[in-house]
Amino acid sequence: MASTTQLPVNPAAPTRRRAQEAPPPARGGRKRPNVLGALGGWFWLAVIILPIYYVVITSLKDQSGFFTSNPLAPPTDPTFANYQLVLESDFARYFANSLVVTVGSVVPALLVSFMAAYAIVRGRGWFLSSTNRLFLLGLAIPLHATIIPIYWMITRAHMYDTLLALILPSVAFAIPISVLILSNFLRDVPNELFESMRLDGASDWAMMWRLALPLVRPAVVTVGIYDALNVWNGFLFPLILTQSPETRVLPLSLWTFQGEFSVNIPAVLASVVLATLPLLVVYIVARRQLVSGLTAGFSK
Amino acid sequence: MAFTSTASRRARESGPSGWLAAPALVFFLVFAVIPLAGVVALSFTKWDGLSEITFDGVASWARTLTDPVTANALWVTAKIMVFSYVVQTPISLLLGVFTAGGQRYRAVLAVLYFLPLLLSSAAIAIAYKALLDPNFGMGAGLGLPALAQDWLGNSDLVLFVVVFVIAWQFVPFHTLIYQGGVRQIPGSLYEAAQIDGAGRLQQFFAITLPQLKYTIITSSTLMAVGSLAYFDLIFVLTGGGPGYSTRLLPLHMYLTGFKANDMGAASALGVILVVVGLALALILQRLGGTNRKASQLEGA
Repeated sequence: MASTTQLPVNPAAPTRRRAQEAPPPARGGRKRPNVLGALGGWFWLAVIILPIYYVVITSLKDQSGFFTSNPLAPPTDPTFANYQLVLESDFARYFANSLVVTVGSVVPALLVSFMAAYAIVRGRGWFLSSTNRLFLLGLAIPLHATIIPIYWMITRAHMYDTLLALILPSVAFAIPISVLILSNFLRDVPNELFESMRLDGASDWAMMWRLALPLVRPAVVTVGIYDALNVWNGFLFPLILTQSPETRVLPLSLWTFQGEFSVNIPAVLASVVLATLPLLVVYIVARRQLVSGLTAGFSK
Repeated sequence: MAFTSTASRRARESGPSGWLAAPALVFFLVFAVIPLAGVVALSFTKWDGLSEITFDGVASWARTLTDPVTANALWVTAKIMVFSYVVQTPISLLLGVFTAGGQRYRAVLAVLYFLPLLLSSAAIAIAYKALLDPNFGMGAGLGLPALAQDWLGNSDLVLFVVVFVIAWQFVPFHTLIYQGGVRQIPGSLYEAAQIDGAGRLQQFFAITLPQLKYTIITSSTLMAVGSLAYFDLIFVLTGGGPGYSTRLLPLHMYLTGFKANDMGAASALGVILVVVGLALALILQRLGGTNRKASQLEGA
C-alpha cells in the first residue's frame, strides 16, 4: 500500500465502532482500502486503550466504588488512597532496586557491546567472526533454558538474593541484541573518516571513542533504552535469584502485592500504574529516539 | 587499557584488536554459553536445588520423556506458538504498513499503539486478570453476558485469552519492526506501479509484501523464539492452569525445577527448549534463503 499517496480519511467517522463489534483489522479489498486501513487502525487503538483505561479508572476507586459502580465507568469520587497505600508499602525501595539493577546492567552492557560491535565491524579474523556468529546464535536461543545453571552458579558464588545476582546475567542477556543493532549502525560510518583519522596517527582506541561513538550515539541511546526496558521489566531473574523484600524489584513487587492485597483490586491496579509511570515519562521524553532507532536497527 | 598498544599496532594492517570483543564475549560465555552446557550436564543428574548434585544417568530424561505432562506442555507450547503467530503477524504487518504512512493522525495513533511496550508482563497479566473478571471486569461493565465469562477458569477458553493477551503485548513491537521495513521501500517502486495502473491492493501484494521479505523473517524469528519465553505473562496470568491447559514448556520447566524441586528433569526440559528454539530459528533462516546470513555477516 503506497501509504504516503493515500487520501486522508475523516478520523472521526469510524470511532463509533466498538471493540466487540469490529472485525479484525481489515485487509484492503474494495475500492478504497485506505478506509479499511483506518478502520482497522482505530479498532486496534480501542484494543490497546481499553485495558489501560480500565486500570487507571479502577485504581482511582475505593473498595465500595469498585464493588458497586459499573466497572467501565469513571469513579464518581476519585481517590488517591490506593496510591498512598502502595507508596507506603516500600514502593520506594523496590523502585530504587529496579533503578540500581537497570543502570547497573545497562551501562556495562552498552560499554562491552559497543566495543565488541566496533571490533566486529572494523576488525577481521576468525576470532571476531566466530564471536559475531556466537552472538547471532544467542538471539535464536531461548536463554530462559539456562536459568537452572545460572541459579546454581549464583548460589555457589554466594550472590543469591543480592542485586548483583540480577545484574550479571542481565548484562549477558542484553549483549546479543545490543551488538547486532550497534554493528548495524557502525557499518554505516564511512571508511574514509577512519582513514583520515588514521593518517593523523590516531590509535584504534581513539577512533573508537572519538569518532565512532559520537557518530552512532543515537544508536547507543536507542539500544540503551531498549535494554533498560527489558531489564526494568524483567521477571524471571528476580523470581529465581532473589527472595527477600530487601532485594525485590518492581515487577516482582506487583506480583507479591497482588498476593497480599488480592481482595483490594484497586490497590493492586494502583501499583501497576505506579510501576509504569516512570517508563511513561521516559517514553514521552525519548519516544522519537526509541522508535526511530529501533525501526532502523531491526530493518537493516 | 593494556591492549591499546596492541590495538594500534595491528590497526594499520587489519583493523582493531579482537581484544575489544573480549569483555562482551566473557560475559556471554559465563552467563549464557557455559550455562547452556550446564543445563545439558544437569539433565543427567539428580538435584533438588539445595543438597549435593549426584550423577543419575538418564533417569531424569526417562522421567521427563515418559511424563504425559511433558507431552502436554509441548502441545500447549505448539498451540500457543502457532495461534499467536497466526494472530500477530497479519495484525503487525498491516499496522506497520498503516503507521508507516505520512498522515499526522497515524503518527499520533502509533504513539498510543506502542504503550504496551512499556508495561512489564507482570503488570499486563495483573491488568488483564482484573479486566477479565466476570463480576467486576469488562464483561459486567458492558452488560454483555457473553463477555462476562470466567475466561481464565475455563480450560476451553483460556488458551485463546492467553493468545489474545500475548498479541496485545507483542503486536506493538512487531508493528514497529514492520513500520521500519516499510519505510525503507523505495517510493519509486510505487510510482512506477501507479503509472502501470496498479491498484492499492495490487501494490500491496506486488511491492510491499515481497519487499518486506527479510523483515517478515526477522519478525517471525523473534516471534517464534520469543514464544518460548512467554513465561512471565502466563505465570502471573494463569499459573499454567486451569489444570495443565496453559502450562507451556518454560513454565513447566520452572514448576518442575523450582516448585517440585526436580532440577534434573527441569534441566532435561531446558535442553528440549533450546533444541526447539534452535530448530525453529534454523528453519526460518532456511526459509529466508542464505542472502540474509551473508548480509548479516558482511564486514565480520
